[in-house]
Amino acid sequence: MIGVGKIKQYSNVLDKPLSKGKQEVSSSAFAFLFSELVQYNQTQVDNIAELERRLEDAGYAVGARVLELLCHRDKGNRRETRLLGILSFVHSTVWKVLFGKVADSLEKGTEHEDEYMISEKELLVNRFISIPKDMGTFNCGAFVAGIVRGVLDGAEHGNFNDLVKAIIATLVDVKYTISLHPNSFDLGQDELS
Amino acid sequence: MAPVAPRSGDAIFASVEHVNAELFTLTYGAIVRQLLTDLEEVEEVNKQLDQMGYNIGVRLIDEFLAKSNVSRCVDFKETADVIAKVGFKMFLGVGASVTNWDADGTCCSIVLDDNPLVDFVELPDTCQGLYYCNILSGVVRGALEMVSMKTEVTWVRDMLRGDDAFELQVKLLKQVPEEYPYKDDE
Repeated sequence: MIGVGKIKQYSNVLDKPLSKGKQEVSSSAFAFLFSELVQYNQTQVDNIAELERRLEDAGYAVGARVLELLCHRDKGNRRETRLLGILSFVHSTVWKVLFGKVADSLEKGTEHEDEYMISEKELLVNRFISIPKDMGTFNCGAFVAGIVRGVLDGAEHGNFNDLVKAIIATLVDVKYTISLHPNSFDLGQDELS
Repeated sequence: MAPVAPRSGDAIFASVEHVNAELFTLTYGAIVRQLLTDLEEVEEVNKQLDQMGYNIGVRLIDEFLAKSNVSRCVDFKETADVIAKVGFKMFLGVGASVTNWDADGTCCSIVLDDNPLVDFVELPDTCQGLYYCNILSGVVRGALEMVSMKTEVTWVRDMLRGDDAFELQVKLLKQVPEEYPYKDDE
């Protein structure tokens, strides 16, 4: 029949089998979309901090869903509840799925007892972005920081709101670091294992 | 110099860099959700998505022309075919087909084989009026406007609204003659 789509129809989104995650789109399609996200949010704010906060919020929504998706698909419904477990999950699994490679490094910070840093030399979202002079320290990486925060928050069923803070800092050697300060992150055991 | 043969959508898609479709899908979802929160009215969200798509289309056409080696399309029919076979393929990695031509060849439908925007999506009762993929119609409209075609692009069928396919209707309103920045006698 002419004009009938090839996509199978499901009455409920939950009936649809989970995709294997191998599908890809061109990186320019993503770059275009991301640039619209940034441009739209620019119209909604009047300072850089606010803009970063909004991008982080958008990323947070992505992170929360990525956690759910990956736990179902890759980890057989298991979820990391230990701090180091979830951090390395972000550093390797999440990064690999979203950005096609593991993050450059996961280190323990030296300034604070409970500080961790995930570093990435070239963030996907920053690839086609150049920051105008008048926007100073603005960094689109806030979106990725949001994703990280979304994953970490979700892993704790929301108990850790505000406790996990992801901060993006641009270091001298143009390395993006997401610092985490999980103030009272003492969960102990894996509840599902 | 001999004209370079146009490349197929598959060939271009294989040669460009890729990102994971789920990152794309979820990022788009985050945008729609932000718009729904900010604008409240579903109608306004449809408009904003279309506008965003338009902005993308205006810029995307450059990349499309640069990478596809497509020469000037002789008529609107060919244009629609190129969008479906090459355009959708090279950016989203999905094919599409063109159907439902009207008698004078100014209106047709593009039916998508797949739609990476809608994975994981279900419209809640409060958003029934939402054209979730309205960004795509904006892209097509914006891109065509850059090659001198004023069009109207609307969703005829949308699987999120219970239809059996994603179908975009593209209607050619008028072809704007190209204006050259110089005069003949100069």
